[in-house]
Amino acid sequence: MIRILKPGFYASVQDAGRVGYLSDGVGRCGAMDALALKVGNAAVGNPDTAAALEFTFGGFEVEATRDIEICIGGAPIQAKIDGKPIHRWWAQTFHKGQRLSVGPCASGMRSYLCVAGGIDVPTVLGSKSTDLKGGFGGLSGRLLKAGDVLDVGPARKGREMRPKGLSPREFPDLFRDFTACPTLLFIPAREWEDLDAANQRKFLDEEWVISPDSNRVGYRLNGVQISPKVHKEMLSHGILPGTIQLPPSGQPVVQMKDANTAGGYPKLGKVIEADMSVLAQVPIGKSIRFAPCSIDEAKIALRTQNAHSDRVRKIMNGLRNIA
Amino acid sequence: MTKPALHVSHLGEEAVLFQCDGPLMRETQARFWALEQHCHDLEMVQACVLGVHSLLLCLGPDATDDAVCDHVFRLWETLTPLEPSDTVVEIPVLYNGEDLADLAHAEGLTPAEVVRIHTATEYIVFALGSQPGFPYLGGLDERLHCLRRASPRVRVEAGSVAIGGGQTGIISRTSPSGWHILGHTEIELFDENRKQPSLLSARDRVRFVAREGAA
Repeated sequence: MIRILKPGFYASVQDAGRVGYLSDGVGRCGAMDALALKVGNAAVGNPDTAAALEFTFGGFEVEATRDIEICIGGAPIQAKIDGKPIHRWWAQTFHKGQRLSVGPCASGMRSYLCVAGGIDVPTVLGSKSTDLKGGFGGLSGRLLKAGDVLDVGPARKGREMRPKGLSPREFPDLFRDFTACPTLLFIPAREWEDLDAANQRKFLDEEWVISPDSNRVGYRLNGVQISPKVHKEMLSHGILPGTIQLPPSGQPVVQMKDANTAGGYPKLGKVIEADMSVLAQVPIGKSIRFAPCSIDEAKIALRTQNAHSDRVRKIMNGLRNIA
Repeated sequence: MTKPALHVSHLGEEAVLFQCDGPLMRETQARFWALEQHCHDLEMVQACVLGVHSLLLCLGPDATDDAVCDHVFRLWETLTPLEPSDTVVEIPVLYNGEDLADLAHAEGLTPAEVVRIHTATEYIVFALGSQPGFPYLGGLDERLHCLRRASPRVRVEAGSVAIGGGQTGIISRTSPSGWHILGHTEIELFDENRKQPSLLSARDRVRFVAREGAA
């Protein structure tokens, strides 16, 4: 089990998300950085979709109440077990009574603490993810607070491993920092054509700043005013995380994992799945740019990204067998 | 009746969105109810999200958009629209909402007239969405159509019965909202522990019934 000593700014239980109830208005939720969850789970021998703890801005502390195998992934951070530095993206034993403390994120936003066996909270509507708006999932449908104790599921049997993990040389993408302005690829959506060439250009040229009132529901972007040729009154339709909407303010909003299932604002596009993990890590106050891409490019990018976690799984399983 | 034009667009690499533009018509929605039922059974489709005059299909990684679109357009031509279901759900409402008086004034009605008009209609659940169990209801009397509030309220309590634009609905989870609040109900629209978590389903009929009580 894991006891939360300091939850940091915003901590919750998240898995790969909830997909079966979109038509009932139940959102997906799930890890904002889906790649980090997958890689972290692969490192500790969990299925891709096992639940982990998602922390925001670092600055958290937890205690092991029994020996467990953990991997901390996501944003660049300084992590220590009982004062001794540990590596990001490494699997290692976290012994009963030890404390893991994590400093503020050097860059990036979100850290994932994956535990062999997964965080064991009740499955609600097919997922363990916290749905804060719905008030269910995770730990009683709420954020984690100091004193919370979380159960850990049974881990796959295997020999205890010495700390082992990934190197920046092999996996530069996983060790990137988020200080530069990343360009996110998007697939244009229906109302992209409602922008004239000048407004499309403005949208693509702008370095959009992520506003402070951004959260797991959506990222509000600040920059140049974007005006469509026509203002349409729209009926509500299904939307997905990654959808870039243009409200009447002319300042785009990117829907994130806790997005509503339906919306009616004009949509300029959808950020490709592979780049949602990058967006999840761009800190508030930093900027992003957009570039259009084709569906084939998006699918290739996702396949490439999935190959990452497959490779991690292979490497770590290999280490387990020979350790 | 001629079939309304179906528009298709991409929503990312894994979803296609089928839509008909307004104005809101029950006959058009009835075609989407039927379309959703057919698409549920398609192997290529991982999830269907019914909307107002719309259906979003999330596709499996191996599905091709062309195959799905061909299929959906064929269905659109041949399907039989579904009727509203026989289920009638009564929602008891205490009409003590914070916007009732202002809304009545803006529409040139008395609050009692607003209540009478709001309770006189049988509404149809066009779709659920946005919040867990939140119904998009069709059938609002035109005399009650109104603009949304100039600035949304930061916090609207779950159970608030409200009007926004040409629609009425019940806020199912405490949240920000730009709709005008007419009253409150104690009915739970969504309970994740129920076998069927949503109280309402698309095609259900809904009636609001004025309840006496302390204002």
